[in-house]
Amino acid sequence: MIAQYLAFGVFSLFTLGAGTMVVWSRNLVHSALFLTLSLFGVAGLFVLLSAPFLAAIQILVYIGAIGILFVFAVMLTRSMTHIPDLFNAQWWVGAVAGGLLFVVLVGGVIWPVWGINGTLPNVPQTEFVAATREIGIALVSGDGYVLPFEVASLLLTAAMVGAIVIAREDD
Amino acid sequence: MLVIPLWMYLIVSASLFSIGVFGVLARRNAVAILMGIELMLNAVNINLVAFWRYNTTSTTEVAGQIFAAFLFVVAAAEAAVGLAIVISVYRNRSSVVVEDVDLLRW
Repeated sequence: MIAQYLAFGVFSLFTLGAGTMVVWSRNLVHSALFLTLSLFGVAGLFVLLSAPFLAAIQILVYIGAIGILFVFAVMLTRSMTHIPDLFNAQWWVGAVAGGLLFVVLVGGVIWPVWGINGTLPNVPQTEFVAATREIGIALVSGDGYVLPFEVASLLLTAAMVGAIVIAREDD
Repeated sequence: MLVIPLWMYLIVSASLFSIGVFGVLARRNAVAILMGIELMLNAVNINLVAFWRYNTTSTTEVAGQIFAAFLFVVAAAEAAVGLAIVISVYRNRSSVVVEDVDLLRW
């Protein structure tokens, strides 16, 4: 019981602390590395939510691929270290918008609906949930998600071709 | 047995989303803005998986996890195309500060 709260606290701290540093860091390489740390925290939360497959995908795809992609983009654009002006002139509008969004989400939606005296239940309905095997079956079965799966692979192919076309030199 | 109440996950997710919103609105560097978008997508993913875990009633239901997995695909496509655009803009204007990219402004 205590161990679960401890793990949740550590992973939340990773996620939110590193997420804050992503936004605040003057060095973009540090930002990219803090982003991978934040994504690692999210992977830990997935494990706590009994979704080990998504945690593995999070580490493989997000940390392994997208994190490295960000590091490459930072280095290719030479935009990285010692940024003099961290935020734009309207940064306080962004701060107010972010803070207001958080207050509205927590005070207006989360606490009244799922809080201590909320209207919807706060505890899991079942102790055991579907494992990775069920996800694999659902992704390829005709009455499952085979059509969205194919559309997603088509989208990924189109995005990769588009990225190559956009980023290559004209000659 | 899972003892952490659902609202804790939701508050972590709301905080991460708000940090991402602030990053997108306040940063000047295009790569940093894309990082803010990634934070927001991850907050959405935490929400999806948490709602799936706390609301599913059978051991065969995987809709929430499948939704989150498709979100990974969309996020990967978005990051690839977004960074390609950033690199293309840098090649043409030697800058990744979004205020310098005003080609479409009248």
